[in-house]
Amino acid sequence: MARRARALIARLGGAACLLAAVASVACAPGRAEESGRVLRFWGLGREGEVVKDLVPEFERENPDIRVVVQQIPWTAAHEKLLTGFVGGAPPDLAQLGNTWIPEFAAIGALEPLDARAAASQALSSGDYFEGIWKTNLFDGRLFGIPWYVDTRAMFYRRDLLEKAGWREPPRTWSQWRAAMEKVRGPAGEGRYAILLPTNEWEQLTILGLQMQSPLLADDDTRGAFSQPPFRTAAEWYVGLYRDSLAPVVSYTQLGNPYQEFSRGYVAMWITGPWNLGEFRRRLPPELQDTWMTTPVPAPDGAEWPGYSWAGGASFAIFRASKQKDAAWKLVEFLSRRQIQTRFYELSGDLPARREAWDDAPLAGDVKARAFREQADRLVPLPRVPEWEQIAQKLAEDMEAAIRGRETVPASLSRLDADVDRILEKRRWILSRRREEPRGR
Amino acid sequence: MAAEARLARSTPHEIRAAWMFLAPGLLTIGVFFVLPIAAGFLLSLTDFDIYSLGNLENVRVVGLRNYARLLADPLLWKAMRNTAFFLFVGGPLTLGVALAAALLLHTRVARLKGVFRTIFFTPYVTTLVAVAVVFRYLYHPRFGLIDHVLGWFGIPPIDWLGDPRWAMPAIVLLAVWKNFGYATILFVAGLQAIPESLYEAARIDGAGPVQMFRKITVPMLAPTFLFLGVMTTIGYFQFFAEPYVMTGGGGPLNATLSVGLLMYKNGFRWWNMGYAAAIAFVLFVVVLGLTAIQFRIQKRRDA
Repeated sequence: MARRARALIARLGGAACLLAAVASVACAPGRAEESGRVLRFWGLGREGEVVKDLVPEFERENPDIRVVVQQIPWTAAHEKLLTGFVGGAPPDLAQLGNTWIPEFAAIGALEPLDARAAASQALSSGDYFEGIWKTNLFDGRLFGIPWYVDTRAMFYRRDLLEKAGWREPPRTWSQWRAAMEKVRGPAGEGRYAILLPTNEWEQLTILGLQMQSPLLADDDTRGAFSQPPFRTAAEWYVGLYRDSLAPVVSYTQLGNPYQEFSRGYVAMWITGPWNLGEFRRRLPPELQDTWMTTPVPAPDGAEWPGYSWAGGASFAIFRASKQKDAAWKLVEFLSRRQIQTRFYELSGDLPARREAWDDAPLAGDVKARAFREQADRLVPLPRVPEWEQIAQKLAEDMEAAIRGRETVPASLSRLDADVDRILEKRRWILSRRREEPRGR
Repeated sequence: MAAEARLARSTPHEIRAAWMFLAPGLLTIGVFFVLPIAAGFLLSLTDFDIYSLGNLENVRVVGLRNYARLLADPLLWKAMRNTAFFLFVGGPLTLGVALAAALLLHTRVARLKGVFRTIFFTPYVTTLVAVAVVFRYLYHPRFGLIDHVLGWFGIPPIDWLGDPRWAMPAIVLLAVWKNFGYATILFVAGLQAIPESLYEAARIDGAGPVQMFRKITVPMLAPTFLFLGVMTTIGYFQFFAEPYVMTGGGGPLNATLSVGLLMYKNGFRWWNMGYAAAIAFVLFVVVLGLTAIQFRIQKRRDA
C-alpha cells in the first residue's frame, strides 16, 4: 500500500505542479489581467488543440480579454468536468459532448442561454441544423450552442459495389441486404460485406431511430427496446451477423480497420466524419478514387435519408463563471461562418451551422456530401443524464444475441430490465415532483 | 508478556504520558483513515448519484441494497477474476524474477553489481504512466518491437492489448518488469544477512548448491518473503493504473477490468457514488482478509 500511496503522492505532486503552472499562467500579470478579464476555456481532444489557433484573432479583436485554453483528452473529459464542477473550480466556458448537456443542466452546472441567443446579432437557432440545435434543449431551456456535428454515414467501396452490379449505393434496407449478399459472394471465404464492430451501439441505434423507435418510453423513464420498432431493427441488424454479412469482431480486435477496408475484407463501413480525413491519409493512393460515402439506407417505404442521431459538441457556459459576457463573446466568435469553415479545415469537424457548408472546401467535397444530406435528418438521443450508461449497456447486452448465445427478444428484454434499473432514480424523482404542490 | 506485566505496573501518570505521545499518531489515523472509511461505509448505504449532486433531497437511504445488487453484478465477478489473475500470476512471477535476479547479484563472480542493481531498480521509480505509454508502443501489433522480434521466429503478430486473451498477460508482464526491482533489492539485503558460516558448515557436511538453496537460503529469507508477499498482495489487488492507461479502462471486452477500475467507473464516470462506495468497501474487506491470513501464517511460523 505504501508503494502505491507513494506512487500516488508522486503523481499528485506532479499534478499539483501542473495545476500550479496552469494557475500561474492564468494568474500571470498580463495586459488582460489589469482589467481582470481572463477567460478559462476547456477544449477537448483535437478540438482543444485546434482552437488555440483561432483564439489569437479573437484576442486581437477583444484586447481586454485573454483566453486560457486548457486541452483535456476526451477519455478524461467527462469526469474532469464533473469533478471541476463539484470541486467549485469549473471553467468559464467548455466544450461539451451534446449528450452530456442534460446531465450538466440537471445538476445546475450550466447557465441558460435563451436570453443571450435571442438577443444575439451573430447567431440564431435558424442558422443551425434543427436536430443538432434540439440536443441543447433541456426542460425547455437552451444550455448550449452547437459547435460541430457528429453522426454516421456509410463509407463504401464503389469498385466492389459496381462489380456486384450496384452503380448507385442502396437506398432501402432490402436493396442494402441484396447488395451485401452480392458483394460478399459465397459465405465462409473469409470475406464479409459490412463492418459493424460488436462493441458499438451507434449503428443499431440509427436503425432503431429509422424505425421511429423512441428508444426510451414513459417520459424517458423506461427502456423501449423490446417494443416492435426497435425489435424489428435489432432482428434485421443481428441477422447481418448470423448470415455472415458482418464479421463478429469488436473494434479493438480488428487491429487496423483501414487495412481491412483496403484489402476488401468488407466493402461497407458505417462510421463518423473524422474518418473522411483518416481515409484520405490511410488508404493507398490507388483506392482514393474508389471510396465514397452515402447516408445509411432507410427502411423500405420510408423517406430517404432515414433518421440518424444528432451527435457532436456544443459550447456551454458554466453558471459559476464570473466571465459570462466574455465567454458569450467567444462563443459568438467561434460560431461565425468563416471561423466555422476555418475550424473545419483545421480539424475536419463538420460545421453545425448551415451556411458554412456553402463555402469553399466543404461545398466542393463530394465525399462529405453524405453527411450534409444526413444533417437535415437528425434527431437528438434521449435527453436524460443516464444516456451514456444506457448506450454502453445496449452494446453489452446485444453482444450475446450477436454471438448467437441468446435470441434477439431475450437480449432486448434483458436490456430493458437493465435500463429500467438504471432509470429507477429518474422515475422516483419524477413521481416525487408530480406529487409535490406546484408552488416550488 | 513482559510488556503486559510492565503495563500493569504503570502509574496513571505514566499512562497519561503514553496517551499524549500516542495522540498525534492516533489523531492522524482517525482523521485520515478511520473517518473516511466510516464515511465511505455510510455513503455505501445510500444511492448518492448525479441527481443528488444538484439537490441533496435526491439522496435515499437504501440500506444494504447496493451490496445485494453488487453481488449479483456479473461485472464485479469478472473484475474479481481479473484481479485474482493479476495477483496470483503476477505476484509469484514478480517475486520469482526478483529472487533470481537477487541470487545473480549475490554470487561472488558477479561484476558491476552496483550498475545492475540500479538498472533493476530504475523501472520501479519510473512513473507508471510513462512506462505504460512506452509499453503500448512495444505491444503495438504492427509497429511494436515485441511482435517484430517474435516475427523472426515465424510467430504471427499478436494483438497484445486488443485481444481479450492476451490483454491480461500483457499487463502482467508490464507489472512484473516494473515492480521486480524493488523486491530484488530487499532480497539482496536478505541474502546478505544470512551468515556465511551456515553455508560453510553445509559445505563441510557435503551439501550441494541445490540443497543449500532449499535448506538455508529459502528458510532464512522467510521474513523477506512474508513482507514482500503482503506488500505485493495489497499493491496488486488494487491494480488500476495499468489498465486505465493501457487498455482505455478495462477493455477489450472487460478483459482487463479490475475491481479498482470498476469502482472508479461507477464513481467518477457514471457518478453512482453510493454503488461505488459499496465496491470500495468490498475491496477493503477483501484486502483486509488477505492481509490477516498472511499475518496469521507469520505468527504460526514465529511461534
